[in-house]
Amino acid sequence: MSSLIGKARYLSPGALAALCISLFLIAPGHISCRRSGSKRELIVAGSTSIQPFADRWAEIYMKKYPGRVVNVQGGGSSAGIQAARSGAADIGTSSRELKPEEKDLTETVVARDGLAIIVHPNNPVSDMSLSQVKQIFFGQLRSWKEFNSQDKRIDAVTREEGSGTRGAFQELVMGKNRILKDAIVEDSNGTVREIVAGDPDSIGYISLGLVNERVKALNLDGTKATDENILLNTYRLVRPFLFVTKGPAKGEAKDFIDFVLSAEGQDLIKKEGLIPVTQR
Amino acid sequence: MNRLQRNEKLTRLALLMIAFSAVSILAIITIFIFSEGTPIMFRYGFKKFLFGLDWYPTEKSFGLLPMITGSVMVTAGALILGVPFGLACAVFLTEFSSKRLRRVVKPVIELLAGIPSVVYGFMGVVILVPFIRETLGGPGLSVLAASVILGIMILPTIISISIDSLLAVPATYREGSIAMGATRWQTVKMVLFPAARSGIIASIILGMGRAIGETMAVIMIAGNAISIPNSLLAPVRTLTSNIALEMGYASGEHREALFATGVILFVIIMILNTIANVTSARRIRKK
Repeated sequence: MSSLIGKARYLSPGALAALCISLFLIAPGHISCRRSGSKRELIVAGSTSIQPFADRWAEIYMKKYPGRVVNVQGGGSSAGIQAARSGAADIGTSSRELKPEEKDLTETVVARDGLAIIVHPNNPVSDMSLSQVKQIFFGQLRSWKEFNSQDKRIDAVTREEGSGTRGAFQELVMGKNRILKDAIVEDSNGTVREIVAGDPDSIGYISLGLVNERVKALNLDGTKATDENILLNTYRLVRPFLFVTKGPAKGEAKDFIDFVLSAEGQDLIKKEGLIPVTQR
Repeated sequence: MNRLQRNEKLTRLALLMIAFSAVSILAIITIFIFSEGTPIMFRYGFKKFLFGLDWYPTEKSFGLLPMITGSVMVTAGALILGVPFGLACAVFLTEFSSKRLRRVVKPVIELLAGIPSVVYGFMGVVILVPFIRETLGGPGLSVLAASVILGIMILPTIISISIDSLLAVPATYREGSIAMGATRWQTVKMVLFPAARSGIIASIILGMGRAIGETMAVIMIAGNAISIPNSLLAPVRTLTSNIALEMGYASGEHREALFATGVILFVIIMILNTIANVTSARRIRKK
């Protein structure tokens, strides 16, 4: 204790005051100058569904071309498209199709992702039509009785507003209809899967690549949810993963897109469960 | 002015700045939340914001009533479950148990407060939610599940502060009551509770603050549906989970609407704290 007091004596009140004042003065300046600096990095921003894959691409790309820096950011598909237009990002990423008013930007499909409608593995139902899925999530079909199963309430599980997966589901399945309000909302593919794996009466949708043995992916209109059927265009719940640039990609942005579309880049995402675009 | 006096003044200045920095951080946060959140409330209509039933932020529909009711229901549920248990536990440990038992049990209960909320949430998802689904029906992710978990989470706050305030009642009160022929329970009910009232109320308010502000555990077990629940077994979304769920993707007006959710939460907590302060202060004065 006494040694502590002894030490404290060395810190004079004057120094303490100076320290405080300098902290107050330095902090704002430091924040404001952070944004400039390393200009050579390539910024890829947008869809959080694409983010993990873009991170993997960036990681390998940077290993391959030492000295280049790719900075991958989230923000959502709409924010990514906006960033590509404004120049805040070199490449914007989107996990939904571009809207007509966004078509002035150059889009490159870098991968495709299936959406699987999943239920509990013990659920006797294994086939549904697209319109039945829509009716469930719209709130018109509320009991499993409609599928010649037990009279139990269907627990629909959806994603949170703003999510790219939800956006794709909205576009591909719901159209203009809103997802019912008392649907359970979870904030990631993983938690949707966990909830469905635990609740025998539930139904949800996740990225096809993330389906595992704990849940059952439903056939849609008799078509199995597989990569092959997506390539054959018979399984209809597919969304593109887009890289969006303002005008045709140039320089480092082009190098990165070329790498992503190369056999190496496409193999990488195939391993992660996405559907490659180049090998038809 | 000699050197010592100068040092004294400098120390005062330095400490003042440190104290001021804590206050200014609060002020900055408040100003930031309000400046980000209030414009959209006025643009969209304050009434529609508070009493609107539809939350479709990407379609510019920002009704927060389901989340406000959700927060209130879940917090009330937590208090209904947590307060009787907490107070009973505090009374037992101060009045009916040996000192030695209290010395062991109280720190253990306080350890409960140190368990991260995500662990409570995980326990809820793995144990409580399936239990509710199988025995009571519904999806399991529900008002009830969230209330039970929050009720457990606020126990340590309620118990330890209530114990402290019961122990702070002078021994002469107890002795006087017993001497007049009151039983122990009568003493607790008629002498100790009124005497320790402000501390007990403070413990409940702090517990309520924890319940209303809890986010992680609630997101995991409440189901987060955007409708007003029609039963205790229906899923529900609270104000805090509304912010945490959607902030990852929100931009533009959606982001502003989440800040506005924060403003509402801020105001609710301010109102609760004020009520708490006023009531406990009044009780003290009466005495």
